[in-house]
Amino acid sequence: MLFEEFDPLKGKTLQILDQDGKIVNDKLVPKIKKDTLMKMYHTMVLGRIADEKALQFQRQGRMLTYAPNHGQEAAQLGSIAAMDDDDWLVLAFREMNAMLYKGVTLEQSFLYWLGNEWGSRFNDDVKVLPINVPIGSQISHAAGLAYAAKLKGTKEVAIAYIGDGGTSHGEFHEGMSFASAYDLPMIVIIQNNQYAISTPREKTIKSKTLAQKAIAYGIPGIQVDGNDPLAMYLATETARERALKGEGPTLIEAVTYRMGPHTTSDNPKLYREDSEVEEWEKKDPLKRFKKYLIDKKYWTDKKDEDLHETSKKEVLDTFKKVENSGEVDLEDIFKYTYESLTPELEKQMKYYQEFLNEEGAK
Amino acid sequence: MAVKTILQAINEALDQAMEKDESVVVYGEDVGFEGGVFRTTAGLQKKYGEGRVFDTPIAEAAIAGSAVGMAINGLKPVVEMQFSGFSLPAYNQVVTHVARFRNRSRGKYHLPMVIRMPYGGGVKALEHHSESLETLYAHIPGLKLVIPSTPYDAKGLTMAAINDPDPVIIMEPKRIYRAFKQDIPDEPYEVEIGKARMVKEGKDITIIAWGALVREVEKAMKTLDVDAEIIDLRTIAPMDTEAIIKSVKKTGRVLVVHEAYKSFGPAAEIISRVNEEAFFYLEAAPRRLAGFDVTVPLPKGEGHFIISPEQIAYEVKKLMAEKA
Repeated sequence: MLFEEFDPLKGKTLQILDQDGKIVNDKLVPKIKKDTLMKMYHTMVLGRIADEKALQFQRQGRMLTYAPNHGQEAAQLGSIAAMDDDDWLVLAFREMNAMLYKGVTLEQSFLYWLGNEWGSRFNDDVKVLPINVPIGSQISHAAGLAYAAKLKGTKEVAIAYIGDGGTSHGEFHEGMSFASAYDLPMIVIIQNNQYAISTPREKTIKSKTLAQKAIAYGIPGIQVDGNDPLAMYLATETARERALKGEGPTLIEAVTYRMGPHTTSDNPKLYREDSEVEEWEKKDPLKRFKKYLIDKKYWTDKKDEDLHETSKKEVLDTFKKVENSGEVDLEDIFKYTYESLTPELEKQMKYYQEFLNEEGAK
Repeated sequence: MAVKTILQAINEALDQAMEKDESVVVYGEDVGFEGGVFRTTAGLQKKYGEGRVFDTPIAEAAIAGSAVGMAINGLKPVVEMQFSGFSLPAYNQVVTHVARFRNRSRGKYHLPMVIRMPYGGGVKALEHHSESLETLYAHIPGLKLVIPSTPYDAKGLTMAAINDPDPVIIMEPKRIYRAFKQDIPDEPYEVEIGKARMVKEGKDITIIAWGALVREVEKAMKTLDVDAEIIDLRTIAPMDTEAIIKSVKKTGRVLVVHEAYKSFGPAAEIISRVNEEAFFYLEAAPRRLAGFDVTVPLPKGEGHFIISPEQIAYEVKKLMAEKA
């Protein structure tokens, strides 16, 4: 029903909570437990602060290249909160909020952005694939996870994230085509943050919406206000129900905005106006979600201040710990290439160890 | 024991693996109903159903990429690239993901998956159907690459690849898919990945080859009065350096024969290892006989490109005449 009503060709965008934190569509408010709402909000605050600090540390030369999430929190948390523990999360690279919600620790996340593979080694029970840097290739990973779930008869659904620019990639098409051909339990969230690095979405994609790309695959697509956590939740929850019924994948376009740069290496002031950024500032997902929770009597300004304080402390403590964690061991760079070291790798590792022993450490 | 071609041997390996292990799935373009353009997978869909043996969209990247997801989620995918020349759209997946997931996740995820691809020339095929691209795959850390040259090895290596915890690429020499038969065991068995095969012991020269060219080397040596030690490398990566060095130390001469392009090809790597570890045992400069560095010619010109027994004999004579 939802997907029929919000057929992408009808020019509608799903919104439940407007930018002032007011419910604009009573009938569609999803039933979300208080605990879940609060976990979403806690993660949002933690994610926002971690993001701000990561940028700051990068400017201070204490952090490597980082891809900020600021502005895209609701697109991620609204969707991931509608998923089950048993579901798989398949990332692009700008999904720290979704990762944190799904059980990746802040420490692991910072470790990754500080250039350590252990930051992609999540705990055993966390069904999250590591960050995927090449564009678009994660969609078929999700399709494969979903295929296995379907064949084994388990109730797992794979949710994958991609940016608007990523939908230009051939692998997006291949993965979507593959998943739709076999009705796989998969959900793809396009975080349409308006820019592919510096190139505006309108310059690279002719289609009016990104949601309508679903039509080519014979599956539902829906355009959602990506800064509205309730709308993102509802769309994802509905897509998940379809997936579990064996009806196949769904494509969800979250219309959002990347408040920061693509990564710390680019300068958005070169390619967009401040006025545009200010307009999106008014649509901030965090502010509207907080307002909603306060109106619902789930939250207070005082509690919010405390949460900000404890989150800030958590972020700073975690970062310091990670910053002082040092280099990986020599053995570590060899050990995970294959199940066991090949004779050649043994030789290469031994050679370097001898060099270090004879000439002293670097 | 039963007499089988390479093609039948691979089919038997897949069949037995699927029978033994429910998690093994086989898919690719036209692989299910038709059994593949070479019929390597014939009969499997009928026996194991469309869930485990299926035809895919013509989308090599999705074939390799979905195998990544399946392997992470408990299956053992054995996928087919219809021709090695068409594996290139999947190269991104293979290099950026298939080869790296174990390392990226510090061992949390590993990919027990197999990619099969027919390769090589000599069958008068269309453009992009005849290349020998083993260098591209052997160069990438995290991948294993095997090339059988006999029905016995074809079955044993395929079995070993399916049971291997790491991703294995099998390049199948399509020129000899049906060229000859061999008596091979009916029961499942493995040929160890990473070990070369001693085709024939000898003392005058070491000749290293793989795939369809092993037989061409054997043919060539029948025409010469030279006692060659012939090694079928069998696994291109990780390479059995020990077997090569041991042999070269005995013979003092080495010729590497491969269909892959000469420059930067596997022979360059093999000869480097010989130089590093057996230089002072050499009685002549190592030689390589390889594909010319040209786009593989279409059938009317392919005769010039294909390495013949005569050419191999010519190289061996030159090498034997040389003195350090």
